[in-house]
Amino acid sequence: MTRSKRRAGRRHPLATAALLALGLVFTGGAYAALSTGTVAQAEVDPNSQQTIEEGKKLFQANCATCHGLEAQGTDNGPSLIGVGAASVDFQVGTGRMPMQMQGPQAQQKPVQFTDEQVKQLAYFVASLGPGPEIPSDHLVNGGGDAANGAELFRINCAMCHNVAGAGGALTEGKFAPPLTDVSGVHIYEAMVTGPQNMPVFNDLNISPEDKRDVITYLKYVQDNRSPGGFELGSLGPVAEGLFIWIFGLGAIVAITVWITAKSN
Amino acid sequence: MAQDDHSSAEIAAADSSHAAHDSAVSPGTAVITADTFENPGFPPHRPRVTDEDPKREKRAQRTVYTLFYLSILGSVWAIAAYMLFPMESNNVGDVRLNNMFIGLGATLALFGIGFGAVHWAKSIMTDVELADERHPIGGSPETQAAAAKVFADADRESGFTRRAAIRNSLIGALLVFPLPAVVLFRGFAPQDQIPVELLSHTMWKKGTRLALDPSGTPIKAADVTIGSAFHVIPEGLTELEHGRLEEKAKAAVLLMRLNPEELNELPDRESWSYEGIVAYSKICTHVGCPVALYEQHTHHLLCPCHQSQFDVANHCEVIFGPAKRPLPQLPIAVDDEGYLIAQSDFTEPVGPSFWERH
Repeated sequence: MTRSKRRAGRRHPLATAALLALGLVFTGGAYAALSTGTVAQAEVDPNSQQTIEEGKKLFQANCATCHGLEAQGTDNGPSLIGVGAASVDFQVGTGRMPMQMQGPQAQQKPVQFTDEQVKQLAYFVASLGPGPEIPSDHLVNGGGDAANGAELFRINCAMCHNVAGAGGALTEGKFAPPLTDVSGVHIYEAMVTGPQNMPVFNDLNISPEDKRDVITYLKYVQDNRSPGGFELGSLGPVAEGLFIWIFGLGAIVAITVWITAKSN
Repeated sequence: MAQDDHSSAEIAAADSSHAAHDSAVSPGTAVITADTFENPGFPPHRPRVTDEDPKREKRAQRTVYTLFYLSILGSVWAIAAYMLFPMESNNVGDVRLNNMFIGLGATLALFGIGFGAVHWAKSIMTDVELADERHPIGGSPETQAAAAKVFADADRESGFTRRAAIRNSLIGALLVFPLPAVVLFRGFAPQDQIPVELLSHTMWKKGTRLALDPSGTPIKAADVTIGSAFHVIPEGLTELEHGRLEEKAKAAVLLMRLNPEELNELPDRESWSYEGIVAYSKICTHVGCPVALYEQHTHHLLCPCHQSQFDVANHCEVIFGPAKRPLPQLPIAVDDEGYLIAQSDFTEPVGPSFWERH
C-alpha cells in the first residue's frame, strides 16, 4: 500500500515541475550569493600600487590605441593627463569609452568593464596628474535642496538637456542625452569634467553643494511623475502639438465621417 | 451673358437659346464643350436595417436612450468627483485626480448627448431624400424699388449729399476717433526715455563686474577654466528695485574660455578678450531667444528656437540658420583684484532688429 503510494508520488505529473522548481531555486540562490560576493569585492583602494598597476594594464590593453601608451594622447584621442578619476569613471562607467568608433560624439553602450576595473582605470589615470575626483556619497545622494537645484538647472543645463531632463538635439548630429536614468555620481562627474561637447561646470561656477542640489532636483523629477497626466516624453510643445494634431484631429475626422455616413 | 439679377429660370432659358444658336452656326475649329448635364436625380432609396427589422429599431432606440442616461450619469459623476476628490491639500497629485475625474464625467455627459443625438438622427428618424429648391436671391422689382426709395428719401431728408460740410466733418470725426488708442499704446513703453535708446543700451558700463546668474557673485578670471561656460549677469542686477527682468533680458551674457590658440579674433577686437575668455550677448540676433547651447569642442553656439548657429571661435559669426548678425561681444578686462569687468557697454544694440536697426 505505502509502496504503491510512494510510486504514485514519484510518477505524479507535477513531480517533474517540482523538481525543476527546486533546482532553479538552488541555482538562483547560489548565483545571488556569489554575485553579492563580487559586489562586495568592488571596494578599490585608490592609493595602492596594485590598483594602479592593474589599471595600467587595463589601460594599455584597452585605451592606449587612441590615447597613447602613456596616456599622452594621439591624433585619434586626447591626452588623459590631468583629466582626473571622475572623467574616467564617467566615460568608462557609462559605457561611452572605449569608443566604438569615431563620430560626432561617443555613444552610450553597455559598460565594458566591471566596477572594480573601472575604478582601477580611474585611479591609474588619476595617478598621472591631478584632476577632478570621484565625488563622495554625500554629494550625490539627492538629499539637497531641490528648489535651488531646479533654478540652477534651468539657468545652466535646461537649454540643452530640457527642463525636465529629457535631453535635446545639438548641432551636426550631436545631442544632449536624457538625464532620466543617470546615476547621481555620473551626473556629478559630467558637470565637473564636461564630457564630449558639454561645457565644464567647475566648483567655482557651481559649488559642490549646488551640484548636490541639481542632482536632488533631477532625482525629484525622476521620482515624481508629472501632475499634468501624459508626459509624452517631456519633449515640449512640438511633441505635444504633433500628438494633438494626429490624435485630436484624427478623432474629429473619424467622428465627422461617422456623422455623415449613411446608416446601414 | 446672363446678368447677375436674372432669375435661374431666365438663365436656363438663355443657356438653351445659346446652345440652339451655336448649333445653327458652324463652330469652325473652335472646340465647344457641352458643360450642361442631365440632373441625375436621387439614387434609389435604400431602407436601413432599422426600417425593416423592428428588433433592430428597438435596439437602436435602446442605444439612444442608454447614451442619454449615460450622459446624466456623467454629469452626476462630475458633481460627485468634485466632492470626492477635493483640492484641499497642497499636493499637485490632488489637482491631477480632481481634474481627471471631473473631466471624465463632463466628457461622458457631453459625448453621451452628442453620440445619442447623432445616432437617433441616423438610425431612427425618417431618412427620405428631399430636394430643397433654392429661391432667387434678389427681391422682387417692387421690393428693390422700395428699398432704393428709402435710401433716396433718407438722403433727401437728412441732406447727406447736399450738406457737404456736415458730411465731411462727420467723416473727419470718425477718422480721428481711433487716434487716442494709438497714442495710448505709447504708454506701454517707458515714458521718459526714448525706446531706441533703451534698446541700444544695456546695464553694462565700464568697470561693471561680471557676476554669476542667479547668485550675483562676481567672477574671477582664474575661476573660468578652459571649456567652461558661465551664465553671467552684471553685478548689481540682483539689487535692482524694479525693471530687473527688463535689464536682465538685455544684459544676459555667456562667458566661455577657449584655448587661446583656437580663438580667431578680429584685429580691432583683440583687446576684448582675456587669455581666451570671451563674453558674448546671450540674446539671439534673430528674434531674441537665449542662445546658450554651447559645445565646448566645436565652439558652436546653437539657438534652440530656430537653429541659428554661431561660431564662438570665429567672433560668433553666423554659420547656420536665420540669424543675420553675429552675437554682440562684450569687451572684458580684469581689475586689480582679479575679477572680470566690462570695458564698456556692448558697442552695438543686442538682440533682434528693430525699426532703427536692420
